[in-house]
Amino acid sequence: MEFLGLFNYWVVIVLMMIGFYIVICSNNLIKKLIGLTIFQTSVFIMYISMGKITGGTAPVLADGITLYSNPLTHVLILTAIVVGIATTALGLAIVVRIHESYGTVEEDEIHAKDKQA
Amino acid sequence: MESFVHVVILSMLVTTAIAIVRVKDLFAVTMLAGIYGLLSASFFVLMDAHDVAFTEAAVGAGISTLLVLTTLSMTGRFEKASVKPQTDYRPVLALVLVTVTGALLIYGTQDMPGFGTADAPVQTHVVPRYLNDSATEIGIPNVVASILASYRGYDTFGEVVVIFTAGIGVLAMIMSNTTKMPVVQTALMSDHVVLRIVSKMLIPLIMMFALYVQFHGEYGPGGGFQAGVIFASAFILYAMLFGLTAARKVVNNTLVQLLSALGVLLYGSVGVVAMINGGNFLDYNFLSDDPVAGQMLGILLVELGVGITVASVMIIIFFTFTARSQKEGEGD
Repeated sequence: MEFLGLFNYWVVIVLMMIGFYIVICSNNLIKKLIGLTIFQTSVFIMYISMGKITGGTAPVLADGITLYSNPLTHVLILTAIVVGIATTALGLAIVVRIHESYGTVEEDEIHAKDKQA
Repeated sequence: MESFVHVVILSMLVTTAIAIVRVKDLFAVTMLAGIYGLLSASFFVLMDAHDVAFTEAAVGAGISTLLVLTTLSMTGRFEKASVKPQTDYRPVLALVLVTVTGALLIYGTQDMPGFGTADAPVQTHVVPRYLNDSATEIGIPNVVASILASYRGYDTFGEVVVIFTAGIGVLAMIMSNTTKMPVVQTALMSDHVVLRIVSKMLIPLIMMFALYVQFHGEYGPGGGFQAGVIFASAFILYAMLFGLTAARKVVNNTLVQLLSALGVLLYGSVGVVAMINGGNFLDYNFLSDDPVAGQMLGILLVELGVGITVASVMIIIFFTFTARSQKEGEGD
């Protein structure tokens, strides 16, 4: 697996930048949130990649196994995933309320309505 | 061979992400995001992170897809094309910005240790202690569970409080006043007989699996976070097939709201009991005369608290969204 080198981290950065691009560029609030999810998952992939040891195994102690992958990064990301869905749900709830008040979830239309008011 | 699978999955992740940028139909975007979640879960299995893969499969491919779909049913399916494409420089500027940022980050990775190296700083700091001593200190084989619930118990307590707070936030934001609308709600999929019968058989199995994941988490991949999400998905499946009214007869709003607080309370109480017995907050060694037995008891209770809170917050979030979308449907 040596030839992989830093490949994982480059993929992480590409995914992160795609998510970032969606957040900046998309006009639709729901798509922005999905972009944030992509960004978030890329960070998860980075942590889990850092924790992997070539030839290691899952960190559940067993006889005859000496090399385990890093359990600490697993713990951090495990909790982050569940917190991530909870905060995404909160974001979606805000989008629902915006839709009820403005009748749209497109950013430019919301700005236009704000200027009218 | 393993590295080949690994490269393929990562390339598929990038392809899916690019597709998400290009597609304007938000329904398709949501499905692609679900695929993205499932692909990353497969990647986590490949990286030996089975606990994480469990969670990501249930959350990324399951619950988040459902939540976005429920939101779409309220806000509309299509993303509108930009009104004035000629003068809109935003995409170009954004592309320049992300390219520059990405290039800088890639330049930064040159200092990172190579993938899979055993002497990287991340592997040599506190982790050897966890791996070498947790068997004697905590006495359970799954190191992920012992770090989650014991070594980093404060951290996990914080996360549970965040999840609880997000549940309250969703309720505060979009809770519908259920007493005012005695709607007899017919289920969305009431005419799908096969789906109804098959899931009626599946739901008990899903719940049993969740309990297995909950209480076997010390010995294999699993624990409160995963079990909570899986347990909630059984209720969500029931609500989708038989309607919200039927699901609320099984778990009413007050009960889930109480349970979500109860989980946090259980977690905190374990910490306080440890303090009363003369230790620090969440120091399970003081829960019993034998430190290892105390650790086992503490982890069991804390994981139970996590499971209860996560399951009930997920149920609250889904029920609140669905109730809102049905109310909105009536207004139209």
